[in-house]
Order: sequence, then structure tokens, then C-alpha cells
Amino acid sequence: MKTTLAISMAAALLATTATVNAETLRWARSGDALTLDPHAQNEGPTHTIRHQMYEPLIIRDVTGAFEPALATDWAPSADDPNVWVFNLRQGVKFHDGADFTAEDVVFSFERAKQPNSDMKELIGSITEVRAVDDFTVEMVTDGPNPILPSNLTNLFIMDKGWTEANNTVNVQDFEGGEITFATTNANGTGPYVLQSREPDVKTVMVKNDNYWGIDQFPMEVTEIVYTPIQNAATRVAALLSGEVDFLQDMPVQDLDRVNNADGLVVKQAPQNRVIFFGMNQGADDIEADNIDGANPLADVRVRKAMSMAINRDAIRQVVMRGQSQPAGMIAPPFVNGWTEAMDSESTTDIEGAKALMAEAGYGDGFSIRLDCPNDRYVNDEAICQAAVGMLGQIGITVNLDAKPKAQHFPLITDGKTDFYMLGWGVPTYDSEYIFNFLVHGRESDIGTWNGTGFDNDDLDAKIKSLASNTDLEARNADIASIWRVVQDEQLYIPIHHQVLNWGMSEKVGIEVDPEDQPKIKYFTMN
Amino acid sequence: MLAYIIRRVGQSALVLLIVGLVAFAMFRFVGDPIDNMLGQERTAEDIERLRSQLGLDQPFVVQYYKFLEGAVQGNFGVSYRQGRPVAEILLERAPATLELAMVSGVLAILFGIALGVFTAIRRDGVLANAIMSASLIGVSLPTFLIGILLIYLFSVELGWLPSFGRGETVDLGGWTTGFLTESGLKALILPSITLGLYQMTLIMRLVRSEMLEVLRQDYIRFARARGLRDRAVNFRHALKNTMVPVITVIGLQLGAIIAFAIITETVFQWPGVGLLFINAVQFVDIPVMAAYLMLISVMFVGINLLVDILYFFIDPRLRVDRSGGH
Repeated sequence: MKTTLAISMAAALLATTATVNAETLRWARSGDALTLDPHAQNEGPTHTIRHQMYEPLIIRDVTGAFEPALATDWAPSADDPNVWVFNLRQGVKFHDGADFTAEDVVFSFERAKQPNSDMKELIGSITEVRAVDDFTVEMVTDGPNPILPSNLTNLFIMDKGWTEANNTVNVQDFEGGEITFATTNANGTGPYVLQSREPDVKTVMVKNDNYWGIDQFPMEVTEIVYTPIQNAATRVAALLSGEVDFLQDMPVQDLDRVNNADGLVVKQAPQNRVIFFGMNQGADDIEADNIDGANPLADVRVRKAMSMAINRDAIRQVVMRGQSQPAGMIAPPFVNGWTEAMDSESTTDIEGAKALMAEAGYGDGFSIRLDCPNDRYVNDEAICQAAVGMLGQIGITVNLDAKPKAQHFPLITDGKTDFYMLGWGVPTYDSEYIFNFLVHGRESDIGTWNGTGFDNDDLDAKIKSLASNTDLEARNADIASIWRVVQDEQLYIPIHHQVLNWGMSEKVGIEVDPEDQPKIKYFTMN
Repeated sequence: MLAYIIRRVGQSALVLLIVGLVAFAMFRFVGDPIDNMLGQERTAEDIERLRSQLGLDQPFVVQYYKFLEGAVQGNFGVSYRQGRPVAEILLERAPATLELAMVSGVLAILFGIALGVFTAIRRDGVLANAIMSASLIGVSLPTFLIGILLIYLFSVELGWLPSFGRGETVDLGGWTTGFLTESGLKALILPSITLGLYQMTLIMRLVRSEMLEVLRQDYIRFARARGLRDRAVNFRHALKNTMVPVITVIGLQLGAIIAFAIITETVFQWPGVGLLFINAVQFVDIPVMAAYLMLISVMFVGINLLVDILYFFIDPRLRVDRSGGH
């Protein structure tokens, strides 16, 4: 009797504190999650929404460092280099009350490897996931994989029983238009529980009072109301008028206005994305220029001269209003393999560039078409326009062709452009990811974004060996030597690292996450 | 008469088919949907598989035929962006657009006619001239600018009205309405003014000029000579005769309000079909673009067909001419 009374009093107390501290976070950005099915789409804004409700084994904190989520620790197996062992967190419950066990991890990885899954490439090296006991899981890879944990930070764990009960064992066939229970409902272990969702309109989540980390994290937001607002001016107006507390996708031109407004702040951090130009050096002759029978871009001196003609500080000040960090290599600063020395290798030297052009036999210059997106990166078209003027100073007449991203990117992947802009983010935080897509010679499943025509068999072998090199020191040495080639060849012309801006009400306390993936459990509200 | 109607219906169907064909021929210039659908980690095989699965490797005429084949069975395909049937999405979004269009239309008609009559009767009045000058703004300023200005004034500076969205809505068996909640009604104000302003000024100017024309007519002078009251002259006699061309224009503008809600919906993040279409264009969501364009052209062609058939009944000369051959 006494205990019941105590419990009900405690419950009543909890209930009152909960209502007293009710804090709603009204959150807006430009787009909505495409689906809630954890494995159907591998896309940034979609992952961001899922992160509030579902959890992977490992997440990244606001600095980009690993933090245990559903796994408490992990390490390669002492007996077998092809096996990673994960110890799971105990006492975790899904939103519907089911217990989280190794069985759910095995099930989720199998689900993520299904043909309809969009996450299957990220865990392509995993051949088997087995439960050793209720809270230990072993992952077998097709060779030693030293950076496996990096690929798991967006791989969410579902409850096996829930998916079976709701007939969503299979990943939603997104392209086929299939809608499953998991598309519109969520049952994760995460800090927030889905309350209602209208796609493209509004998603409401409430605090999970049974969350395992409720005492470890601030968890001060009790309700999240997420609204996509597409028009940039309207988005900023919503923040200025106090209808929204937290805003992603801040337009650069409105930063000062938000900063000067009472009660609002803008926080910024370098983003995990570098912007650069690619040049087709591989072809004997290219279509986009006015030189017949030769390819000026094949000459490394021309590529160097082009890089030297770009004044990155001017772009930063004039085009980006200070919101960029000039780059000397095409890796964002948090990535393994990035060095400050290489990132400051870009210099501006018009006279030197002209001399190099003359030396290469193009003293009179040439003309070339630059393909540029106009709706993908911050001020992408304006950067290209600035580059047109800068390259003009060394005699290169650039014809700018700016298009929407849906038309621009196929040019690169289909090899139909000789001079183009591209931006790259590195979800694994390791250089191997960059090499695989941008440096390795183009094949059907590797080098897919390498539009430069660069193909060096020795280097390709070295890149492939990175995947299974468990000697991290030797591996880092290899990464450094590959970067040296990329730099010396001037494979790309790095422009800058994008800076990420989040606008928020002063009562919101959070630091900017370089992946642009806010996790609301870290937010404080006062 | 039957032959006339059949001919008009036939012509309308042909127009629809051609609109669809042109639309499908244009889609390829919007971009490649595959690029948006697969992440940057995709392989060449993934691209090929998806392309053939969606039928994008076929010529646009074939794609168009398949679309028509599905459309006559009520199947408009599946949205590439949302992964849901297009018909379902359109039905879900239609109430927002229709409610907005309705409120804008009513506002435009009420204020348009009232102000038109007022400015016609008080031709030389200070207020009437001020309204006429102000109406120039409605005609000449682009919709998005008006929307942004309203947001700036009423949401950011004064904080009276919401800057985006529909507010709370009530679901009435599949039809979500914003009419039943306070926040829903508040949310309607700025977008409906933005959307209806152009139509309002158009109707106002039309009513005014028609009215001025009518007021010069002999029968109005005679009415005044008979000593009828101003109110009776202005409203019973003049306004009635003004309305014939005005109603025709209003009918045609109704379609325009729905079709051109796109910009207003984008500015106010209004979750209607216009916003859906803009999203579809950016994502190259071909099924949604196709269904929307077909829907809008069906609407326009339908209105025109109706007007044509109405003329047949209203205008006796048409009937005489057609039957003259017998």
C-alpha cells in the first residue's frame, strides 16, 4: 500500500515536472524526409529525421567523433582480422516496449542488405552478422575492414518483432511506389517518439520518457515540430517572426539580419563539404574548347595555371560574404588524411600562371565551357561567374553554362563535361571515400564521380588496398602518398570548404554539427 | 447542335493529347530523375536497373503512351520523390489549393466589384483616384514580391499573422479544411490576399470601365430623368448590364487562380498542388509533373468547352448560322 502510494506520488510529481518543463522546439529546413523506412533512402535530411527516433550502433557527436549509441564498445576480433565484435547496450527498449537484443541487430543488417535497400552499398563488405549472445554481435567482412564503424553511423536498428507484426520485414520498394507500415510509422529506440506526420507539411515527435540515455543527455526538448519551408525568404521570415526556433539551410545573404535581430543568433562551423572544379585531362581532344586535335587540360602546367588564377580570398569575401574557408585540397578538414599543409597549397599568382600557360604553348589562351550547377551548393553559380573573370586574366575565355542540379550531375557521371564544378562530402570521415569516387579510374562501381579521365593503375591498386589494410600507420602513409599524387597532378582545382550556418532563437543551445544532422537530444532550452 | 458539341469535344480531346505530348517531350530537358533518386554511392548497374525499371530508357512517345494507358484507368503512376501513388498525393493536396483559390476568388469578386462600382460612380473623387492608383500596384507587382512584403509587414514586423503553412486543419473524411480552426483561418489571410490581388484589380478595372460605358447610355439618362434614385439607377440598371462581360472574365480567371497558385504556395509554404508541382520540377518527378499538367489542362479545356457550349445557347446567331445549310 505504501509503495503504491509512493509510486503514484512519484508519478504525479513526474507528470507535473513534465508539464512545467514542456519545451517545444519548432524546427524548419528546406526539405522533408522522403520516407521513414530506415533503409529505403540514403539521403541527408531523411537520415536527420530518423536520427531522432531510431538509433544506429554508433553515432557521431557534434564534433564528428564516434559516440556509443546502441553499441557500448566495439573492436576488431583478436582471433580473426575479418571480424568486428560489438557489445550492445543492455536494458534498452523500443518505443513499443519490446526489448532490444542482438537478434534485432542481426535482423536490421539483413534488412539493410536487401536489394531494395539504399544502404546496401555502405555495408557491402559485410558478409555475415551473427549474434554471439543476447548482447554481443559479430560482423564478418569479406576482408579486413579497418574503417567499418564509419559506415554504420546512419544504419538504424529496427525491432524484429515489430516489423514482423506489421508486415514490413522487407524494405519499402521506393521506386515502385510501395508504402509499408514503416514508411509512415516508426518504432526505434531513439530519444523521440513519432506522434504525427504529414509528408512535406509537418512532423511531430515527443520525448521518449523511457529513453536509455535520458539522464546522460540534456533532453530538454519535450516536443519537436518539424516543418519544411522551401522558399528561403519565407524560411527566414518564420525565424524572424518567432514562428520557428531553429532553422537549417540559412540563406547566406540573411545571416546579418538574423544575427542583428533581437533574441536570435546564427552559429556556424565548417561543413563536411568541399567545392572544387574538375578538368577532363584524359581525353586526346575535348569538345568544350576551341583547340582542335589537342587537349589543353591534359597538360599539368595548364591545370596548375588555372588553379593559380583563382583568387579564393576574393571569392570568399565577395561571393560568399565570408562564409567559406579557402581550400587547397579536396578533403574537408575533419577527414582522416587532411593536412593543414596541403590545404594551404593553393596560391594566387597571375604572372606565374601566365608564364606556365606560355610554357605549355597556350600563351594566347583558349576558350572552354564550364558546367556549373545553380541550385546545389551555396552560391554555386556566382562562384562560377567569379571564376570566369579570374580565368579570363590568364587568357582563358570561359563560357559558363549553369543548370539545375538534375541536369548538371548527369553530365559528370556520363562523362559529358570537360570542365565542371562539383562538391563533395565525406560521410565516413576517411580519405578512402574520396579516392574511391573521385580519384580511382572510372569503372562501373568505382570512380563513378571521377570525371577527369585520370586513370593510374598503380594508384588504383593502392586505393583498393586501403580497404583491407589493418595496419593503420601504413594505411595513413599510403593515404598521404595518394594525396601527394592528387596534389602534384592538380587533378582538381579546390575552391573552398563550405561553412554551415544554423539560425536559432537564443533560448536554444546547440553547436553546429559538421554533417548538418542536428540530434535534438543534445539541445538545451532555457 | 449535337454535331457542334461533338466537334467541340473532339477538338478539346485533341488539345489535351497534344499538351500531354509536348509535356512529355519537354521532361527530358528538366533533367535526369535517376540522379536525385539514388545516393552518391550508387553504381552504374544501379542506374541502369532503375532506368529500365522506370521505363526511362524508352523514347518519350512510348513513355507518354504508357502514361495515357495508366491514366485512363485512373492510375497516374508513382511519385519518384515521395514513393507514393500520384493520385493519392494529388487528392491529399487538392483541398489546400481549392480552399485557397476559393477564398481568393471570393475576395477578388467581392472587393473587385465593390471597388469597381465605387470608382466608376465617384469618378473624380479623391478616394476613387487613390484606389485607381493603388490598383496599379496590384497589377504590376509580381506575386512573390507582394507575398514577401505582406509576410514582412504582418508576420515579422507586426507579428499578427503566420508567415507559412495552413495552421491547424480538421480532417473531414479525406478533406482537410482550415476553415474550422482559428489558426487555419488566420493562415488563409495573407496567401489569399496575395493570390487574389491581381484578379481583384483586374475585376475592379473591368467593372469600372464597363460601368462608365453603361452610365453614358441613353437609358441611364432617361432613368435619371424619370427621377429614379441614384441607388436604383446605379445598381439595378447600370450594374446589371455591366456584369455580362465581367462574368465571362471571372469564369476564365477562376482557372487561372488555381493554376497560378504555384507562386503563392511556394512563398507561403502552402501545402497544395502548386507547391507539389514546384517540388516535382526540382526533383524531375515526372509522374507528378505529368499528372499535374494534365489536370490543369483538363481544367482549362473543360472551362473553355463549357463556355463554348454556353455561347451556343446564349447566342442565337450561332444556331441560325449552323442550321442555315439545311
